[in-house]
Amino acid sequence: MAQHNVMSSFWRGFRDALPFLLVLIPFALLFGVLATEAGLNIFETLAFSIVVIAGAAQFTALQLMSENAPAVVALVSALAVNMRMAMYSASMTPYLGSLPLWKRALVAYGLVDQSFALASAKFEASPEMPVNHRFWYFLGTVVPILPGWYIGTLVGALAGETIPSSMGLDFALPIAFVALISPMLRTPAHRGAALSASLLALGFAWLPFNFGLMVGGLGGMMVGAEIERRMGQ
Amino acid sequence: MIQNSDLWFVIIALGAGSFAMRFAFLGLIGDRPLPEWLLRHLRYTAVAILPALVAPLVVWPSATGGQTDPLRLAAAGAAFLVGYFFKSLIGAMIAGAVVLIAGGQVLG
Repeated sequence: MAQHNVMSSFWRGFRDALPFLLVLIPFALLFGVLATEAGLNIFETLAFSIVVIAGAAQFTALQLMSENAPAVVALVSALAVNMRMAMYSASMTPYLGSLPLWKRALVAYGLVDQSFALASAKFEASPEMPVNHRFWYFLGTVVPILPGWYIGTLVGALAGETIPSSMGLDFALPIAFVALISPMLRTPAHRGAALSASLLALGFAWLPFNFGLMVGGLGGMMVGAEIERRMGQ
Repeated sequence: MIQNSDLWFVIIALGAGSFAMRFAFLGLIGDRPLPEWLLRHLRYTAVAILPALVAPLVVWPSATGGQTDPLRLAAAGAAFLVGYFFKSLIGAMIAGAVVLIAGGQVLG
C-alpha cells in the first residue's frame, strides 16, 4: 500500500474508537468529580489524568490516598492494577516492534484498554497490514480516546457533584468490551482462552491488588496457546 | 486530606511506572524475533486479559454493590450473542444497551 494511504488507516482507527467515547467519558467525569471531592484542585486532577491515563489505577490510587494510606502503598497498589499494560506491550511487539523508537514510545503512551483492544482485533483480522499502516491505525484510535479522557476529567472536576449517575451507565464499559471481544472468538483456541480466563478471574477475584485479573489473563493465554499447539499437530 | 507532596509523588511515580510497563516490551525488544512458544501465548493476550477484566464486572456489578443482577447478565449475554454470531461491534453494543434500558423500564 502506498504511503499516502496511511491516512485511511488513521481514519479507520478514529472511527472504530468513537463508540468507546460513550463509555470512557462517564468514567473520566467520575474521576474528575471524585478527585475534587478528595481535595485535589483542577490542575492536579487534570495532571493526574494526563500523566497516568489509566482509569482503574487512578481510582485505586485516589481511593487509597483519601483513606490516608501511605503514598507508597497507594502507588504500589495502583501499579499492580496496571500490570496488564506490560502484557499489552508484549502482545503489540510482534506487530509494531519494527517501528522507530520514538514511534514505539508514542504507542506506549497511548496503550490503554480501548486502543489495545481495537488494535488487537484489527491487526489479527488483517495480517497483511503494513507496519506503518498499523501505526497510523493505532494513532487513529488514540486520538479520540485520550482527549476524551482528559476533557472528561476536566469537566468532571469543574462540574463537581452536579453530574447525575444516570441509570445503567456504569454498565456501558462491560458491554463495550463484551461487544469487542465476542467477534474475536473465531477458533477453539480463542474461545478456550476467553472462557478459561473469565472463569479463573471469577475464581481468583478474592486476591488483593487485582491479581485475579493477572491469574485469569495468564491462565487464559496458556489455555489458548496449548489448544493451538495441539490442534496444529 | 491528601498531602500535596504525597499527591505529586504518586502522580509522577505512577505515571512513570505505568509508562515503563507500557513501554517494556515494545521498547526493549523492538523487532528482535521472539520464540515461537511466546508468540503463541501472546496471540491470546486480548481474548484472555479483556474477558478476565470484564467477567467480574458483569457478574458482580459495582452499581449494585456487587450483587449479581439478572438484568445486567442478560444485557451482557445479548451483547455477546450478537457479537459472536453477527461479528458486529456496534450491533453488539446496541443489543446490550437495548436489553439494559428496556429491561430497566419494564422492571422499574
